[in-house]
Amino acid sequence: MKVAVVGAGPAGVRAVEALLAHDIRPVWIDEAMDGGGRIYQRPPAGLRRDAKTLYGFEAPRATALHAALDAAKPRADWRPETLVWNIRPGQRQLSTLSAGRQGVVEYDAAILCTGAMDRVVPVKGWTLPGVTTMGGAQIALKSQGCGIGQRVAFLGSGPLLWLVAYQYAKAGAEVVAVLDTTRFATKLAAAPGMLRGPATFAKGLYYIGWLRAHGIRIAEGVTPLAIEGAGSVSGLSWRDAKGGVHRVECDAVGLGWGLKPEAQLADLAGIPFVFDAAQHNWVPRRDAAGRTPVTGIYLAGDGSGIGGAEVAEVAGARAALALLQDAGRRVETAALDRKLASLGRFRVALEKAFPFPSHLAAGLPDDALFCRCEGLTVGELRATTTGPAIPAPELNRAKAISRAGMGRCQGRVCGAAAAEILAAQLGCSVAEVGRLRGQAPVKPIPLTATP
Amino acid sequence: MKLVRLRDTDRATLHLTLEGSGLAALEGDTVLTALLAGGAGHLRDSEFGDGHRAGFCLMGACQDCWVVVEGLGRVRACATLAKDGMKVRRG
Ligand code: FES
Repeated sequence: MKVAVVGAGPAGVRAVEALLAHDIRPVWIDEAMDGGGRIYQRPPAGLRRDAKTLYGFEAPRATALHAALDAAKPRADWRPETLVWNIRPGQRQLSTLSAGRQGVVEYDAAILCTGAMDRVVPVKGWTLPGVTTMGGAQIALKSQGCGIGQRVAFLGSGPLLWLVAYQYAKAGAEVVAVLDTTRFATKLAAAPGMLRGPATFAKGLYYIGWLRAHGIRIAEGVTPLAIEGAGSVSGLSWRDAKGGVHRVECDAVGLGWGLKPEAQLADLAGIPFVFDAAQHNWVPRRDAAGRTPVTGIYLAGDGSGIGGAEVAEVAGARAALALLQDAGRRVETAALDRKLASLGRFRVALEKAFPFPSHLAAGLPDDALFCRCEGLTVGELRATTTGPAIPAPELNRAKAISRAGMGRCQGRVCGAAAAEILAAQLGCSVAEVGRLRGQAPVKPIPLTATP
Repeated sequence: MKLVRLRDTDRATLHLTLEGSGLAALEGDTVLTALLAGGAGHLRDSEFGDGHRAGFCLMGACQDCWVVVEGLGRVRACATLAKDGMKVRRG
């Protein structure tokens, strides 16, 4: 049986490991050079640091995952630096691109572990050099030993906000402000549920406490006003919960409001998407074991709905077992199923603690750019709902009219905000405005790529 | 935008060019790091006249870091390792 696994982060590694344990040697494809996923990405040669410095509290998990990754690579048909840019579920084929060459991988069953990226809300001035995603700021530090600037402000919400700010301060960068758009009261209300994942909760409190103890400026319940600068970032302004306006001088800003699935391949595979109210996002439909309505396609990890790295490891192994079960093998799944169920309950609490700030996207000024690829303003998107073109009752019509989501990132970056802006303009829910449909190639491929 | 080197600076030096001018980087840098730590300031200009861009996601997703490398064509600066002798143009 031909099995393909896409992705070599926590879910992909554990999926491949489980397949190998049952004598299946999958084709294993990853876009990065060395696997590990975004969270456990290892720096290139020359920058090797010990796991404790790189991954902090997560060092034991990172080390264990790297060991599994390195053990599995030679046993699988390992293909790093390879992009899967299309999937043809009818023919059961993946279209790949590696070092400028196109290829085809045939499969009987495939497990997609495509991971996540930052969920962002545009802020006026967010295209200025000096602004990165929170994940990008973390990659610069972990994988390149660099800070995104000399004086850095962090803006957003969620566990990564505090973690990245802490990592920067520890590395010797000047963190000038940590601005959380979530009010303290919202987080507090979710605390009882968060206690279901005591380790995660305690780590979060530790970072916040550390930042406070080191005198770093922290504000909660803020509304970002603008990232300022001519040619590059020179400051950031915001409004506090009581209406006061503040500004810090900085030369870099890290932005992020949690993560969103990189689910483009699942979309192209024809898997229906459902609106997940807790995550406030569209996720591909799958059962708890990772089975989808499309025969032969399984999903695991953050690419199938955000659950975090710990969940991804369990889900990757579980999806591999589902594949084996469907192929008629007898496997034991009860322990994994129990673990997934208990981790899932903590996730719901986390989403409640850091809800997506719909109001911020909806409240953006007309002259703010929301689409980096096509240079579109919020006003241009809002205008699609009135005339003179056909009114846009949903996202794909707005896309046809305004080119929103048609750019080179395919709506990865602006999609979440575009949905909020349209929904607010039309007076309906984000679930009702729909979701941008995916198209191949999932990432731009050079026209010169040789077949 | 100026990336600030905070760690792991004890690495071999690489020499690249950007629009023909020399630029020093370190082994293990991505093209994005090489350029933005080396003082290039930005990677490309928006096609829509809204100014400079210098990447955004640093993980190969947003496509806002395109540059041209001689022999490789258009690449994502954040997803391409810098090599000694690379000739880079802004994208
Ligand atoms: S910075 Fe986003 S693709 Fe390179």
